[in-house]
Formats: sequence, structure tokens, C-alpha cells
Amino acid sequence: MLEQNIRVKAKDVSFYYGQKRALKDLNINFFTNKVTAFIGPSGCGKSTFIRLLNKMNDLIPNTRAEGKILLDDENILDKKVDAVKIRRKIGMVFQKPNPFPKSIFQNVAYGLELCSMSKKEMERVVEESLQKAALWNEVKDRLRDNALGLSGGQQQRLCIARCLAVEPEVILFDEPCASLDPISTSKIEELILELKKQYTIVIVTHNMQQAARVSDWTAFMYIGELIEFSPTKEIFVVPKEKKTQEYLSGRFG
Amino acid sequence: MFSFKERAIKFIFSCLAFSCLLFLLAIVVILFWQGAPLFSYMDFSQFFFGKSWYPTSQPPEFGIFPLISGSLIVTLGAMVVCVPLGIGSALYIYELSGPNSKKILKPIVEILGSIPSIVFGFFALTIAAPAIQQFFNIPTGLCALTASIILGIMAIPTITSISEDALSFVPNSFREASYALGANKFQTLFKVTIPAAASGISTSVILGMSRIVGETMTVLMVSGGAAVITSSFFSPVRPMTATIAAEMGEAAFGSLHYQALFAIALVLFMTTLVFNVIAERISQKYALKLGANR
Repeated sequence: MLEQNIRVKAKDVSFYYGQKRALKDLNINFFTNKVTAFIGPSGCGKSTFIRLLNKMNDLIPNTRAEGKILLDDENILDKKVDAVKIRRKIGMVFQKPNPFPKSIFQNVAYGLELCSMSKKEMERVVEESLQKAALWNEVKDRLRDNALGLSGGQQQRLCIARCLAVEPEVILFDEPCASLDPISTSKIEELILELKKQYTIVIVTHNMQQAARVSDWTAFMYIGELIEFSPTKEIFVVPKEKKTQEYLSGRFG
Repeated sequence: MFSFKERAIKFIFSCLAFSCLLFLLAIVVILFWQGAPLFSYMDFSQFFFGKSWYPTSQPPEFGIFPLISGSLIVTLGAMVVCVPLGIGSALYIYELSGPNSKKILKPIVEILGSIPSIVFGFFALTIAAPAIQQFFNIPTGLCALTASIILGIMAIPTITSISEDALSFVPNSFREASYALGANKFQTLFKVTIPAAASGISTSVILGMSRIVGETMTVLMVSGGAAVITSSFFSPVRPMTATIAAEMGEAAFGSLHYQALFAIALVLFMTTLVFNVIAERISQKYALKLGANR
């Protein structure tokens, strides 16, 4: 991979909850217009790591990060870097669909309202975002309805639309299908494959098949360490590390 | 044998639980029984809208409009004090303060709530009333303003603790979603957290109001006791609770005066009942609204 295709670069990243070290010297690159999947057993630090990318861990008291995560030559882990600016560049979709208890329109418009935007422009962006999230046709006649009335899968696509509306460059998915049924899951997966044409995508998943289906690169983590980072085609066929092989073959996890 | 024992235990506890219902029913029945005969002497509109309360003159007049207006003005004044302070404290304690100031503030608010109302009344009588009299240069410090301020302070803990509960029911995922979209702390607070907790917060306000309307000892001591219709915060007033407390001792058993006081008690009971039912309704709706997402 060429150096200029690297969108986000993590160097020697460690993270501590109080005294407990949750991540140990992670080094990894995320490439433009590629999907990178994180796999590994529960509690291995996958979510902790991707939450570092958009400074979500800053919200947890008594934590501390070391190392560097570079986005446009700016170190995201630096306390002085503005969290709002980073979060607008790096969006996030959470494990459980978490639409606000507002209308469908207001949900997508939320991020736009924060930076004053004309009503007309806002309507255009909302429609565009819902279309990109493959939800427009299902909700176009009921944009004023409460978002909590949507099904789980629709809610998750709404959260994706909400994230797209603020025009991020990188999108983080933290186990986006964990609470969804297989049909909703496959819709989200199709969507991710579509979105990678425009965005750099990082996805945490418990489901190895999902990683194999959607990602270009796969990172395997185990107890806070990055064990292996390879193209998805290789890691599932010929894993280099013994631990990866054991995990993939279901020896533990 | 074992199942008999279990059934007996269940029976005992259900008796204990239903005793509350019994007390409530007894109170309602007695209020009606003692208060209702008044309305053979006068009709409802005379009672509610009568402009003079002269229970001991000849013939006596039992118009409670001055008392209602007294309760109203004191309640309004107290709301102005307790709503911003109560909700503000809840927002600060739950959303903004660090763990250290939370550790100090939360118990302080709870202690404020546990102070007996006589102590508030005593404080108001000896400290607040003279200070207000001097500050505004009015004939007496025992007026609607003093009562409002003290009642407002007394209702803060109710509003704060219930609002805090409401904020704690807002799923953290809402806040995270807001931050992840690039909102700052205050945008998240005002656009997501407060709207999501709004019904719980309004419940807290209504329950605070119910506490203010029903409070007796303090208003008896500081409201001034003049049963006149007023719209000035600087004049003495006589809210409904204070009237009952002051006059019950001297009203002859079974007399019209006695019945009128029971009728006032009934009005108070109905008012707080309505407040509580509204509060209950709102919080039920609230639970349903967030339920789908938790």
C-alpha cells in the first residue's frame, strides 16, 4: 500500500482505564476507501481502540492514552485537539441503534442544526443522506414520525444517515449489527460496501463471516494487543500468527 | 403446612399494603362527611368566589376566594424560586459536575429536604422577614414574598431529586450519539438530554408545586395571615393551609365554620390529588417513550 493512501495512522497507541492497561502499543494504518475490520474475543480492546479514533474515550473519566493517531498530520490523542472538529471528520455508528426520540427528519438534521444551515439546504442534505443510507424510500412519506417507531434495522440505517449528513471522511462502525436480524444485517453490509467508495471505514465485529464479507483488511486483536493485521483475503486463508489461526478455527473466543 | 405459612405471610403483607388504601378512603370519606353539609347553607360559587372570609361575624361569611388567591400568589412566587434553582441544581449535579462536587452537593440537597418545616418557619420569622421588611421598606416582613422565598427553598430538594432521576433515565447512548455528531456539552444538554428528560422534569415541578400548596407550618408563621384579596407580593396573605391550621382550634365542633374548614381541606386534597395524577400520567408516558430504546 502506498503511503498517500493512508487516511489514519496509529503509532504505538496505549490506553489505560485508571491503572489497567487496555491497549498495548498498537500500530495500524487505515487506508482510504477501504474497509478495515477488527475481530477478536470480547474484551480484547477493539471497541476501546476505535473509540479513541473519534475521541469518545475522552468522555470517560480516569482514562489516559499514549502514542499517536494521525489524521491529516494532527494527533487525535492530543488533548488540545478539538474533539468537535475530529468527530465531524470521523463519524460513528454504535452497537445498539440509538436514534434520538425525535422525528426521522430531526434525527438526520441534528448534526446540521449544530452548524447553522439554511432550511432548504438542510432538506436537501437530509434527503441525500437518507438515500445514501438506503432508507429514503421506506421513510420519505413519514419524515415527521418519531424515529423510535422504526424497526431496529431501519433505526440503524437512520443512525448511519445521521452520521453521513455531517459529511465525515471516516466512519467507525462499532458492532453495527449486534442487535439486528440477518436480513437487516445483510442490508447494513451491502450499505458498507457501497459507502466505502466514498469513505474510509473501520468496523468492529464479533462475526468473523461478516469481517470476511465486508472488509479489505482485517486486524485481529487479543487482550489489548494487535496480533495480526493483513489483507482479509490472506488472514482468513493463511493466518501468519498461531493465535489468529486458533481464534479463526474456533479454538477460543 | 409450608404453603399455609406462605399464604399467611402473603396475607399479612397484603393487609399492610391495603391499609394505606384504607387510610386514604377514611380521610376522603371524613372530609366529605364533615365538609359537605356546608353546601346546604351556601352554594359552590359563593364558597369559591365569595370575596370575604369572615367566619366569626354575624352572619358569618365563608368566601374562600381570598384564601385561594393567597395560596395562588404564594405558590407562584415559590415556583419562581424553586423551578430554576431546583432544575439548575439537578442539571449541574447530574450532567456537569465532576465526581467530587457531586459527592458534596447531592447529600447537601438531601439534607435540605429533611429539615423540618418548623425550622424553616422559625428561620423565616426571625431572619428572613425582618431582612425583607428592611430591604423593601414595607410595613411588615410577614408577607407573600417571604412565604414564597422560604417555600421555594423548601421545594428545591423535591424538584432536584426527581429531575435528577429523570436525567439518569436518559440513556447514555443518546448523549454519545450527540457527541459523536460533533455536538459540544451544552448542545448535547439542551438539544438531547433535557428534551428527553422533559416529562420527568415537569413531573418534578408538579410534585414540587404539590408540596408548596400543601405546606402549612411555614406559611402559618410567615405569610402574615390577612384574608384579603391581593396581587401584591408585599402584602400579607392567608393561604388555605394556614387558615385551617389557625382556625381549627377555635371553630366549634360541627358548626358552619368547622364545616367550611373541612371544605377547604377538601379543596386542598383535590388540588394535590390532581397534581399527583398529572405527574403520574406524565411519567407513565415518559416511561413508554424511552422504553423502546432501553
